[in-house]
Amino acid sequence: MTVETKLPYNNEYIEQISTNRNEPSWLRTLRLEALEQVESLEMPKPDKTKITRWNFTQFKHEFTEGEAISSIKDLPEVLQEYFDQDNIPENLIIQRNNSIAYATINDDLKKQGVIFTDIFTALEEYSDLVEKYFMKDAVKVDQNRLTALHAALMNGGAFIYVPKNVQIEEPLQVVFWQEDAELALFNHVLVVAEENSKLTFVENYISSNSEQETIANIVEEVIAMDNAKISFGAVDNLSSGVTSYVNRRGVAYNNATIDWALGQMNDGNTISENITYLMGNGATSNANAVSVGRGKQIQNFTASIVQYGKASDGFILQRGVMKESATTIFNAIGKIEHGGTKANSEQESRVLMLSPDARGDANPILLIEEDDVTAGHAASVGRVDPLQMYYLMSRGISKEEAERLVVHGFLAPVVDQLPIESVKKQLKQVIERKVY
Amino acid sequence: MAGSVLEIKNLHVEIEGKEILKGVDLTIKGGEFHAIMGPNGTGKSTLASAIMGHPKYEVTEGSITLDGEDVLEMEVDERARAGLFLAMQYPSEITGVTTSDFLRSAINARREEGNEVPLMKFIKELDKDLNFLEIDQNMATRYLNEGFSGGEKKRNEILQLMQLKPEIAILDEIDSGLDIDALKVVSKGINKMRGENLGCLIITHYQRLLNYITPDYVHVMMQGRVVKSGGPELAKRLEAEGYDWVKDELGIEDETVEQNA
Repeated sequence: MTVETKLPYNNEYIEQISTNRNEPSWLRTLRLEALEQVESLEMPKPDKTKITRWNFTQFKHEFTEGEAISSIKDLPEVLQEYFDQDNIPENLIIQRNNSIAYATINDDLKKQGVIFTDIFTALEEYSDLVEKYFMKDAVKVDQNRLTALHAALMNGGAFIYVPKNVQIEEPLQVVFWQEDAELALFNHVLVVAEENSKLTFVENYISSNSEQETIANIVEEVIAMDNAKISFGAVDNLSSGVTSYVNRRGVAYNNATIDWALGQMNDGNTISENITYLMGNGATSNANAVSVGRGKQIQNFTASIVQYGKASDGFILQRGVMKESATTIFNAIGKIEHGGTKANSEQESRVLMLSPDARGDANPILLIEEDDVTAGHAASVGRVDPLQMYYLMSRGISKEEAERLVVHGFLAPVVDQLPIESVKKQLKQVIERKVY
Repeated sequence: MAGSVLEIKNLHVEIEGKEILKGVDLTIKGGEFHAIMGPNGTGKSTLASAIMGHPKYEVTEGSITLDGEDVLEMEVDERARAGLFLAMQYPSEITGVTTSDFLRSAINARREEGNEVPLMKFIKELDKDLNFLEIDQNMATRYLNEGFSGGEKKRNEILQLMQLKPEIAILDEIDSGLDIDALKVVSKGINKMRGENLGCLIITHYQRLLNYITPDYVHVMMQGRVVKSGGPELAKRLEAEGYDWVKDELGIEDETVEQNA
């Protein structure tokens, strides 16, 4: 059975938003072509999760401005806790609905040619640069119906560009705040690190709508040219009313590194894929992800590293905690293509169940097309070990606190990878809130 | 009166339907050090686990009280907060939880909310005990028992004993797998705690440990019961002559609880 997905938005609408935004013509063309393909393309097919009845087409898309703020202190309390008040990041963008509420960047970075801006400003000021990478090498418009829909309706995002040889130590942080409970988020993040450059990027997705239903269709592309090093952290924390499609892809060329630390903490139904292509020789990726499932939410996470280059190194590490009647599938796919000699592909996925009604599955997959390689995988789905509980409780620690320690400990190998201390703390808080 | 009193009466314990303890009677008072000796498979570790409330052991008869309070009615954590401590033979490994975070949680679990141990005070006390037990400082930041050597695990158990300062401590084969230097350090830690406020039950196969920690009372366990009690001289005689004379004296042929039968 297929469910018809009639789009409430047509050509005229697309042309209108493109004109209103004063977009370059290449993007307008790309949007219109994408819209044309939406109906004919297939929906994504996450392994072992049926999404035919999920809402991906009912939402509000009309431009919704978010009020600008002059200081972090003007943010509502729920957002305040995402920042260390004594240590507000120097490079920070806050997107509120469809507009930018706050943006700041260190002057030195600017002088060195670093671009750190919202996607629409980037399209106005650096159109050629954006065009060079936008849905070209990482995520393609016609990958599936949702990527095409994304291209047609993109309504937010950020562009980060670090020129050759520029090494940035301070992190760049973007907060995407879906304040309007019905507004759909078609967010596009494009990160490009030129040769021999280095950057740390961290993003947050935040909403607080549990009553109203909407969607998030997120596409993120991360490009690391030769010898570039990108550390990419994220905390997805969209609430239960949001059905999310998250597509994060990286492309790493010779001796480049892309390290991911993803806190997949959405409360609504979510499909999320994180694929890294190690195109170059000696390219490396560590794909770390944690998730907590609660309530009745259904989630499907795919982490994949596809290795083309020689002596490339891919390591997938996933940890999930399931409570109540949440269901989550973790797919880990390590793929070594023909010619990828001396490549190494490792993966470990572990799921911890806290309730008898929770469902979790970890599927380890290795696809190897080359002989001279090394590869390994580990996967497990289990419950809290009663002997661990006994040991902790025998020291006076209550059952709840003992379980809390075990859960935090279980997630720690991934949480500790998050590149910014304040974001790590924040992820711990989100985990705390979701688990207890 | 100083110290607490742990009273075990006619204790019967089963594991998976099989009776291991068949009527143990034992009273430990604050200030007293008791040693329980006996060959393998006689129920010594079962006694330790049953007192602490190990989930696999079921008490079918008898009683355990601490200062008159019914221990068997308490959850494991309540037993600990009431003053019991068990240094385990096989401590669990807890990934992702550092020894120091774990210890702080355990200490705070004994204190009122809002009256948590100040961080600096905690670190100072921890450093002091780490030094005393000749433990590398980095153990505090390592994950609890994960990748620890056998000796490190035992030292860590004694570190917890020193940090948590229980009323009644049970040490389940704390000497097993230790070389002589480690044994001396572990004994030093236990002896430091010795005083009228600590009652201690030391479970061991060997007299060796008792060369460093002199017990006030020695008990021999066979067939799931305490079959003989005496002073430190009993341990010396067992070391010199083995257990056969006890069996002969009591007419016991097979001292085990027939686990292999």
